[in-house]
Amino acid sequence: MSERRSTATPPAAGRRRLKSSGASRVRYIWLGLYLLFLMLPLYWLVKMSFQPTPEILSSFRLWPADFTLEHYATIFTDPTWYWPFLNSIIYVAMNTVISLAVALPAAYAFSRYSFLGDKHLFFWLLTNRMAPPAVFLLPFFQLYKTVGLFDTHIAVALAHTLFNVPLAVWILEGFMSGVPREVDETAYIDGYSWPRFFTLIFLPLIKAGVGVTAFFCFMFSWVELLLASQLTSTNAKPIVAAMTRTQTATGIDWGLLAAIGVLTVVPGALVIWFVRKNIAKGFALGRV
Amino acid sequence: MTLSLEHVRKVVGGDTHLYDLSLSVEPGSFNVLLGLTGAGKTSVMRLMAGLDRPSSGRIVMNGRDVTRVPVRKRNVAMVYQEFINYPAFTCFDNIASPLKLARLGRQEIRERVHREAERLHIEHLLERMPGELSGGQQQRLAMARALVRDADLLLMDEPLVNLDYKLREELREEMREIFRERDAIVVYATTDPMEALTLGGNTAVLHEGELIQYGATPYVYHHPASVAVTQVFSDPPMNLFEARVDDGLVRVGDNEPVERPAHFAQLAPGRYRVGVRPSHVTVAPRTDADLVVRGDVDIAEITGSETFIHMRRGEAEWVVQASGAHPFELGQTLSVHVDPRHLFAFDDDGRLMASPTRRRVDA
Repeated sequence: MSERRSTATPPAAGRRRLKSSGASRVRYIWLGLYLLFLMLPLYWLVKMSFQPTPEILSSFRLWPADFTLEHYATIFTDPTWYWPFLNSIIYVAMNTVISLAVALPAAYAFSRYSFLGDKHLFFWLLTNRMAPPAVFLLPFFQLYKTVGLFDTHIAVALAHTLFNVPLAVWILEGFMSGVPREVDETAYIDGYSWPRFFTLIFLPLIKAGVGVTAFFCFMFSWVELLLASQLTSTNAKPIVAAMTRTQTATGIDWGLLAAIGVLTVVPGALVIWFVRKNIAKGFALGRV
Repeated sequence: MTLSLEHVRKVVGGDTHLYDLSLSVEPGSFNVLLGLTGAGKTSVMRLMAGLDRPSSGRIVMNGRDVTRVPVRKRNVAMVYQEFINYPAFTCFDNIASPLKLARLGRQEIRERVHREAERLHIEHLLERMPGELSGGQQQRLAMARALVRDADLLLMDEPLVNLDYKLREELREEMREIFRERDAIVVYATTDPMEALTLGGNTAVLHEGELIQYGATPYVYHHPASVAVTQVFSDPPMNLFEARVDDGLVRVGDNEPVERPAHFAQLAPGRYRVGVRPSHVTVAPRTDADLVVRGDVDIAEITGSETFIHMRRGEAEWVVQASGAHPFELGQTLSVHVDPRHLFAFDDDGRLMASPTRRRVDA
């Protein structure tokens, strides 16, 4: 279309080309600035994690003068620092597994069967996500205290499923509905039982969806602070809560805080790297 | 193995998909379910397979009531219109999957998969994944998987519809060979009268959820039981018009009356609906006794070697299937000729009263 127009009016086309190359230069500058402002805080965090705390406080520098790994060494050797990391990883993993295990059959039911009130139930599930976690804090706290779940990994994992299961059902339902029902029926005709069909045939078809779902469960659980810190005290203390310990009588240990910050970002970045293609598919389905 | 549906009805959410349908198919027979879209072909197949349960009525296999037997427990195979395979398995594992579930030995599975793949000309693709195959190959794969197990009942729901013309012809030819060697009941759904005629066997004509005729395919074609059958089992549908038969003459509308043909001899004088297939209407005269109809050309579609002329005379619409490419002007007046020996007669309720005598007509 534009090609035909440009052959009809060559001078205008020439002007446009000139303008467009200028426009693209401006565009690159804007994008460059955007990227700079986006990356600057991240870079600053990484830079600070390699500086001794006195240097951070005394001077304003673009890169570390006295490059040090002491903060990382502290974190990886001191159990009071690395255990909170492990705690977070444990309850996040538990949460992801539970959320997926519960949401997969539920999403299949929503996708394949129609039952009384299915649409209402589907919507009601999502409304759970609309409530802020703080609303549920007090009930959770008292209930967990009563049944002895307080300060355990499973406590945090279960609390987070309240938010993750609805999201997981929502995302998975979209992926499952993209698989024709005839695949299920062909498998039943061939003699597959439901569990075998589901694990051998159906799951591979929606593995992108499972990846995306796991990613979102992971991210929510990993960054959630309020429930995770209030439902634990020592045994299952998450890393986000442990960060407050950098504040001591002698002031804040900025270098250590920065190193913890870097280490909290890394798992998320890794997971994004692995599911980046699947997330695009999720966007295409309109479910992410 | 016999299969019969006894007074089967299917109602889904207030909509009746099938009305009181009874159908019994012979062991080892080939059966075509012919009907327009929405006639209930797929509903019938799903009931036969056990994917759905009838709202009332019974389904009997080999004398055993299987109405409530789930699909896994019935020995059936099905091929869908869409190419349904298991994308996570290789082609070999796709075909082998029903055999593996039946716990056959490794060696036997290998032999049977290869035999079936060879029959369907996909043996060179066995190592590939279904997603890498073309549409025609994918459908062959689905058929191989359905054929590899010796199912008692083989259901094919418009398996060729999504293929392109050339592949459709090719696969249809092969299918006749493949089915000839089986003793399973084959049920094949299609909307295409040509396909039904090519495949042969028996034809069950479905129309708006009702079974309107069942019998040997050529018989159903030449003796359509009712007006409804002629609309389904003829492409384009049969031309129908009001006529009077009396004292040795047939008067079709206000056209010149023609002499009553021999096969109309038993008809009592009175009003009838008379029909003729578009392929039996010609532009050129055939005999001296021809029924001649004059009308205005509405549209003429030339499809390569044939021309479909849509003609209007008063209220009546005519479709003429003429061989050769004939350019016609819109609104042009045209005379078409019908040999009275090709006429069908139906009574007021649409039941067949007289059909052309085969031997003379088809010569």
